[in-house]
Amino acid sequence: MCTDCGCGDVNLVPLELQTRILARNDGTAAHNREHLRERGIFTVNLMGSPGSGKTAVLEATARAFNDGAKLAAIAGDLATENDAMRLVRAGIRSRAIKTGQACHLDAEMVHHELHHLDLNGVEYLFIENVGNLVCPAVYDLGQDVNVVALSVTEGEDKPLKYPTMFAKADVVLLTKNDLLPHLDIDVSAIYHALARVMPDPIVIPLAARQPGGVEGWITWLTQRRAAVATEMVVA
Amino acid sequence: MHEYSIVQSLVESVTAAVGAREASVHEVRVAIGEMSGVDSGLLTTAYEVFRAGTLCEHAALTIDRIPVKWQCPRCHVAITNGAFLRCAACNEPAQLASGDEIVLQRIELEVA
Repeated sequence: MCTDCGCGDVNLVPLELQTRILARNDGTAAHNREHLRERGIFTVNLMGSPGSGKTAVLEATARAFNDGAKLAAIAGDLATENDAMRLVRAGIRSRAIKTGQACHLDAEMVHHELHHLDLNGVEYLFIENVGNLVCPAVYDLGQDVNVVALSVTEGEDKPLKYPTMFAKADVVLLTKNDLLPHLDIDVSAIYHALARVMPDPIVIPLAARQPGGVEGWITWLTQRRAAVATEMVVA
Repeated sequence: MHEYSIVQSLVESVTAAVGAREASVHEVRVAIGEMSGVDSGLLTTAYEVFRAGTLCEHAALTIDRIPVKWQCPRCHVAITNGAFLRCAACNEPAQLASGDEIVLQRIELEVA
């Protein structure tokens, strides 16, 4: 309050901050990343619409590796533990996060579940995010890569409608390719749309229900894990 | 709608910044990029609901919306958002120069 003349005006003092609003989440995410990398675990944040095939991709990944002991998963949904149970049946040790009304996972939720997940012998951790193409893109969880599952049934212009999600993706898994003969879909239009929201799009077509349908994904995954391991040795 | 959890983090950040000062918060100014995944309108709505009973109860929220800007990392030419995101001259993938900000820029305090 001004005391010079008794006018009653308040004294306003600016405080410059320039801090990330999600700094606390980012700090927890950095902690998760450091902890997982120390254990040699490559972590994937798997995002996509509800029904895009995220869980089916992970089931097929377990079959392709033929060694579920190397894999672990955290599956987020608003309700039910159905996806985590599917992954357990596929041989992947898994935990469910029921978010209630929350539309995304955050680093603290993942950190909490990591304390309840046996990570011995695990080489790959998959965090299956809540099915949603908006909110999960905002939160760092401590992953090494962002992967977005986009099914061919979702329409050619889906990337243009949700640019932030796709701009953050390291790779897009184009799922349900075995359905293409039954659909009126121009696949080249999907690639064209991705090139307008991703600077350097990597797109891997998948057919999770078909034998050998995820080979390109497994190759990419193993190569990226090796690249991250090399980065860590150099650092 | 994740804007509620963004506002929760914003109020925590403001509270931490004010610390032990004997002051009330007059204005909160944030920068929100148009490619940040945060909607300015929803953020305002969430702030109106969430600020009650907090240090921000009487503080105006000002949002600076930051436009999306892509550029070539080599020759720095601007690349239009929504266009093919590769430099026509260098063939380099575009780099996001701005537009993903979720930043608490400054607060204005009323001091005695």
